[in-house]
Amino acid sequence: MLDYITSYLHSNETPGGAGNMFWAFLYILAIFVGLSIAVIAMNWLERKILAHMQVRLGPMRVGPHGLLQPIADALKLLIKEDIMPAEADQLVFWVAPLITVLAAFTTFIVVPFGPTHAVTDMNIGILFMLGVSSLGVLGIVTAGWASNSHYPLIGSLRSSAQMVSYEIAMGLAVVSAVLMTSLHGSGIYGTGTAGSGIGTLSMIGIVNAQQEQQTWFAFKFFPLGLIALFVFAVAMVAETNRAPFDLPEAESELTAGFHTEYSGFRWSLFFLAEYSAMIAVSSIAVTLWLGGWLRPFANLLSGPTWDLVFSAFPGLTFLGLAAMALFSAKRMPKHRFFKIQTLGLAGFGAVLGLIGLILFIPPVRDRIQDIYWFVAKVAVFMYLYIWYRGTFPRYRFDQLMQVGWKVLLPTGLAVLVATALVGVL
Amino acid sequence: MTETVKSLSHLELGERDETFLGSNELIINMGPQHPATHGVLRVILKLDGEKVLGTECVIGYLHRGVEKIAENRTYSMFNPYVDRMDYVAAVSNGLGYCEAVEKLLNIQAPPRANHIRVILTELNRIASHQLWLGTHALDIGAITPLFYTFRDREEILKVFEKYCGARLTTHAFRIGGCLYETYEGFERDVKKFCDFVQPKIDEYEELLTTNRIWVERTKGVGVISAADCKALGVTGPVLRASGVKWDIRKAQPYANYSEFDFEIPTRGAGDTYDRYMVRMAEMRQSLRIIRQAVERIPEGPIMAKVPKVIKPPVGEIYHSIEAPKGELGYFIVSDGSTQPYRVRVRPPSFVNLQALDSMVRGQLVADVIAVIGTLDIVLGEVDR
Repeated sequence: MLDYITSYLHSNETPGGAGNMFWAFLYILAIFVGLSIAVIAMNWLERKILAHMQVRLGPMRVGPHGLLQPIADALKLLIKEDIMPAEADQLVFWVAPLITVLAAFTTFIVVPFGPTHAVTDMNIGILFMLGVSSLGVLGIVTAGWASNSHYPLIGSLRSSAQMVSYEIAMGLAVVSAVLMTSLHGSGIYGTGTAGSGIGTLSMIGIVNAQQEQQTWFAFKFFPLGLIALFVFAVAMVAETNRAPFDLPEAESELTAGFHTEYSGFRWSLFFLAEYSAMIAVSSIAVTLWLGGWLRPFANLLSGPTWDLVFSAFPGLTFLGLAAMALFSAKRMPKHRFFKIQTLGLAGFGAVLGLIGLILFIPPVRDRIQDIYWFVAKVAVFMYLYIWYRGTFPRYRFDQLMQVGWKVLLPTGLAVLVATALVGVL
Repeated sequence: MTETVKSLSHLELGERDETFLGSNELIINMGPQHPATHGVLRVILKLDGEKVLGTECVIGYLHRGVEKIAENRTYSMFNPYVDRMDYVAAVSNGLGYCEAVEKLLNIQAPPRANHIRVILTELNRIASHQLWLGTHALDIGAITPLFYTFRDREEILKVFEKYCGARLTTHAFRIGGCLYETYEGFERDVKKFCDFVQPKIDEYEELLTTNRIWVERTKGVGVISAADCKALGVTGPVLRASGVKWDIRKAQPYANYSEFDFEIPTRGAGDTYDRYMVRMAEMRQSLRIIRQAVERIPEGPIMAKVPKVIKPPVGEIYHSIEAPKGELGYFIVSDGSTQPYRVRVRPPSFVNLQALDSMVRGQLVADVIAVIGTLDIVLGEVDR
């Protein structure tokens, strides 16, 4: 038994690849917990960042700087009365949020946090991700339909049309990235070595290809990679129903769109699904174009010294966060009322600092840095999501279709053809 | 399917028309509880998918019978009530009412009072436009401008609070002039505000004017021609955005607007974008008026000789001013007693709201929201 567990540690494969159920289960658990924490953190971060963009403070009451606000929110949602409209289709209404959540979570099976840090590595990884993540729309459509109400119906109709339109542009961008795994190119773009001509759909394989070719696909065949990334980045915002493409839940038009009739825990499932879907598509973008778990500046700043410097980043980040927390604790009002909050914040800072120190231990450091870079890159996309929301007005439905079909689709097609041509020339 | 509904008088909930695909037209109740109908407006929408076939506005959810109340109050007692009509431009409402009664009494507010009135009214115009901009942008999906405009509107409200103690329903003016003398440092505060808000208006424009999505959402949306505006009685920025140079401050000068140098901004297309541009330009013109007024604010009394008991002679009067939303008129009938026989208010929001149907027919649901926002209605004024 113990052998079964420890044997995996020396293998260079994912738990799924090694056929080790114990570790696979552990990874799934870790992803589930990690994702839930990420969503909670994202909730707080979004409110805080958006608030600071809008000259306000955001949550400040529940815990120091509102740090406990997401927990309070979650608790509130859990103990809310469970309301199901009398005219709703009971079964479908019940199933709809589950479909969305399941679709959003299942995609993470193939997300490569590191060369071995994924539940499993499918040879059709990217296809699986696109397929399963687009299942989420099924939940949205059924939710809108089952509510038996006008606003949700319009919202779900909008969302189905939107998803279908943007999935195509998204798919084209993905194909051009997949093409890059096999095409090394020559001439002005040449890397010197001819490609094998055999590409890969595996998420880990795609990152490995970027490592072999010593370039992130965003910078390959300049500017083709960047354009493909741009097409994907726009399509993924539309795909996850976020501003400025948040038409299915356009608050000022459809009150809350497809989840108008949902409340309490069911609503929170939609919320969870939305944020995990955001993380899922961001991780596709990171894997395909931004080198997945690879550290930045691998070519420019190479060598063992730089490797060491970059491997210190995870620890330094946590130490920085700890310093921020401790500094904030020092700045808390000196009043009896704030004593517990100040102590809590200081304790939180101490925990962060401790984690930071642990991350400096060599074996931990080597294992964790892949995950760190992956998460850091995803975080950039998550920040962009918040930024969009603070900046852009909402598109109108026909304009949304126009952007999808008349701008993104031709661009995606052109990039695909151009990539293929450049790759073989 | 493409048959447009000429009249909605037959429109009944539950009765559905078949379209050629056999699908049903959708009848949606937007409001009275809806995040984007600016209060308690209820719009019954007849939709074909996303396309609007017709609308019907149901109003009255905020009806308080202001005009009827007037008949049981003395002239000065009714003065605070008018603040509650267009509560985001309370100062303008008060100015219109006070001037109407003054006209009825045949008295003139002294020059110093007029200057104070102009300053406060123009400040209020900026505040009203700021509130409009924030909520309008929010309706279209841009959430950030709202907080910017509310941050800056706060400075105006602070001036109001220092002047008369109230922020929203100010009751700043009295019949015959002003009750309160300006406080110590009033001029400095107003000048400081002008310098403060000028770059802020540029900031709003930076966020929106050239924003691609904003332009796409507003250009060509809710177009209304100058002829339609005149036919429907639409006034204010909506009329001026359609190319009609009509501003009561210039056309029939009241208070002492004729003394100031300012322009009437107009645009030609009559769409939502032009109305936005007109209002932005109006804010700048208001600043210009305020700067001039505060420079040459004269010394002297702030109250004309008004009898203790206001008893206007028998007669009637119509007096209108340019409120932030359009022509605000008061029609007062006096029977010689201490209470008006009848007060009728011509609210700009109510009249402008009439244009909604012709502006949104054939457009999309999202445009209805944009048009309601761009008409800049306040339900307190629509229903009174």
